[in-house]
Amino acid sequence: MKYIDGFREPKAAQAAAEEIKVLAQRLEREVRIMEVCGSHTMAIARCGIRTLLPPNVLLLSGPGCPVCVTDGGYIDTACELARRGICLATFGDMMKVPGSECDLSQIRAEGGVIQVCYSPLDALEYARAHPEKEIVFLAIGFETTTAPVIGMLHAAITQGIGNISLLTAFKIIPPAMVVLASDPAVQINAFLCPAHVSAIIGAAAYQVLVDRFALPCVVAGFEPLDIIYGLCGILRQLVHKTAQVENQYNRVVRAGGNKRAQALIAEFLKPVDASWRGIGLLQGSGMGLGEKYAEFDAEIRHGVQIELGRPNLACRCGDVLKGVINPPQCALFGKGCTPQHPVGPCMVSSEGSCAAFYKYSRSVL
Amino acid sequence: MRSGKITLAHGSGGRLSRELIEREILSRFTAGALAALPDAATLPRPGNELIFSTDSFVVSPLFFPGGNIGDLAVYGTVNDIAVCGGKPLWLSLALVLEEGLELSVLCAVLDSVKNAAQTCGVQIVTGDTKVVQRGQCDGMYLTSAGVGERLPAFALGQSRLAAGDAVLTSGPLGDHGMAVMSVREGLNFQSGPTSDTGPVHRLVAAAGELSSAVKMMRDPTRGGAAAVLNEMVSGSNFDVVLDEANIPAAPNTRALAEILGFDLLHIASEGRFLAVCERAAAEELAQRFRRFPEGAGAAIIGSVAAGQGRVVLNTVTGGRRLVSLPEGELLPRIC
Repeated sequence: MKYIDGFREPKAAQAAAEEIKVLAQRLEREVRIMEVCGSHTMAIARCGIRTLLPPNVLLLSGPGCPVCVTDGGYIDTACELARRGICLATFGDMMKVPGSECDLSQIRAEGGVIQVCYSPLDALEYARAHPEKEIVFLAIGFETTTAPVIGMLHAAITQGIGNISLLTAFKIIPPAMVVLASDPAVQINAFLCPAHVSAIIGAAAYQVLVDRFALPCVVAGFEPLDIIYGLCGILRQLVHKTAQVENQYNRVVRAGGNKRAQALIAEFLKPVDASWRGIGLLQGSGMGLGEKYAEFDAEIRHGVQIELGRPNLACRCGDVLKGVINPPQCALFGKGCTPQHPVGPCMVSSEGSCAAFYKYSRSVL
Repeated sequence: MRSGKITLAHGSGGRLSRELIEREILSRFTAGALAALPDAATLPRPGNELIFSTDSFVVSPLFFPGGNIGDLAVYGTVNDIAVCGGKPLWLSLALVLEEGLELSVLCAVLDSVKNAAQTCGVQIVTGDTKVVQRGQCDGMYLTSAGVGERLPAFALGQSRLAAGDAVLTSGPLGDHGMAVMSVREGLNFQSGPTSDTGPVHRLVAAAGELSSAVKMMRDPTRGGAAAVLNEMVSGSNFDVVLDEANIPAAPNTRALAEILGFDLLHIASEGRFLAVCERAAAEELAQRFRRFPEGAGAAIIGSVAAGQGRVVLNTVTGGRRLVSLPEGELLPRIC
């Protein structure tokens, strides 16, 4: 249990929070720090970290939840496949993501067969047990999820299980960070870099942000002390006017990342342009199956094509994902858009910025 | 343990029904009103007001670490009566059995019902058994209803809340929900959590002359402590302010909740209750609870403050956040 309590130790947290206050005072200006990982968003809200920070240190929640950034058009295609009688296998969070007209939970209520999985391997077991069915796995996620999904596909091929294919919308984090850093509407002073994504791609993957934009980048774990120390590291760099990649989460993350996962991804996938809900089409920010594995591409196997979705115009998830506004600044937040009746993707996923804000900090701040 | 399976004929009202009831029900619950198998129980009138409650039990799986559906059916209803300030007296028990259920499973559940009722000092005084076709229920569902007598020393109600009141738990939170989750399909944990399924009526009665200092009591079943505490202050001019560092939880329960990403305050207990009481009586009450094994982990976890009907948590890390109602169904069919 030390592994939980040690990373939440109140005295250490208090001391680090004090250091943050001192550093923030020395900066004498507003500092905008973006986290780009949904688990950071959740941990920050759940531990009440914003309430520990001085008013001039602002935390912005970027596009850190793979469910949030899944385009409506992708959901439309998944619904279309289910309506044709194809069995879908998906992570549970995807059930409520709004498509242009309906979501997957409605499709299931209409009689569509949708298996909710905890792990990609659950989908493989389902495919093995139902050789008479065609299974499409909704292959969304950042690098952390991409690796195990590809591991599952590798196992399917090795074991000769042919009745499963992937509807891919894999995303890569660093290109999105570059776009955000280049956007004049989004003023970011530093990035709190993701924990588990970095375990795959390696801390060095953020060097591009240091080189091109001189932004401090600190990789941090998900425990409250990880995050607070990460913020300390960022403020120290800002005070000393330096910018570098710092790895606070070095008990898990290596500079070069997980080479085995990278090799697997490189064998099966190729970079593609990807549509991020609320942000738009970003060049080279996604991964799709390579030609060699085209038969496992659900779009090819089932003759469908993912089109761009039609978003609800009142929803400002795009601005939330970019960190232009905080969730409560959206007119729909907590009124027309709640976790029970989500409009935008940030409210849909439990890791979404709006859901985290709604759940943990609505009226405390 | 008897062998064989439940068939539709066991619920037909004919010979097999009669045999099942005589062998398995009457053999366990002969004492008192049930003995002659009347259509309804005739009971003596207690001196005080009656407290009446009912609950249905559909837990999956039927057996989980620390208990089974039979324990739940007794303790669930007994605890509902107890936290309303009552002394539980009598229970009814209705069984809906699925065709094909192993007789040995039914026997094991009925043994638990018997033991739990004895533990609580309540009698099963009336009941019913139905059998449905295979696939129309998942093994067995139970419904219990209970009648208790109000303990006159308690005067419970939100209107009595005052700033400065203390919030107590009778023990560690979330063990039941995490124990059930740990044995659900696909999640096999070794040395996982054990359910806290058990009675709380002895603790309630132990308040004795301090009962008048107790203002509200609730058992944190579905929706966990978060749901119960939000309901306690909802619509009032008070907040509950919890101190995360003082909230007791078993290490393996806490670890599993962390792994699965659940907030422990949202997870059900089936043998705990939360109480709001006058600050001056809080420590003495907690000590009285701790004298019983089921109250060994009693703790003061927070206080009542002037506010807006919210539940706020002071986190271990020193931050502050809202404790909201759980959204949707976190863990279906845990009781």
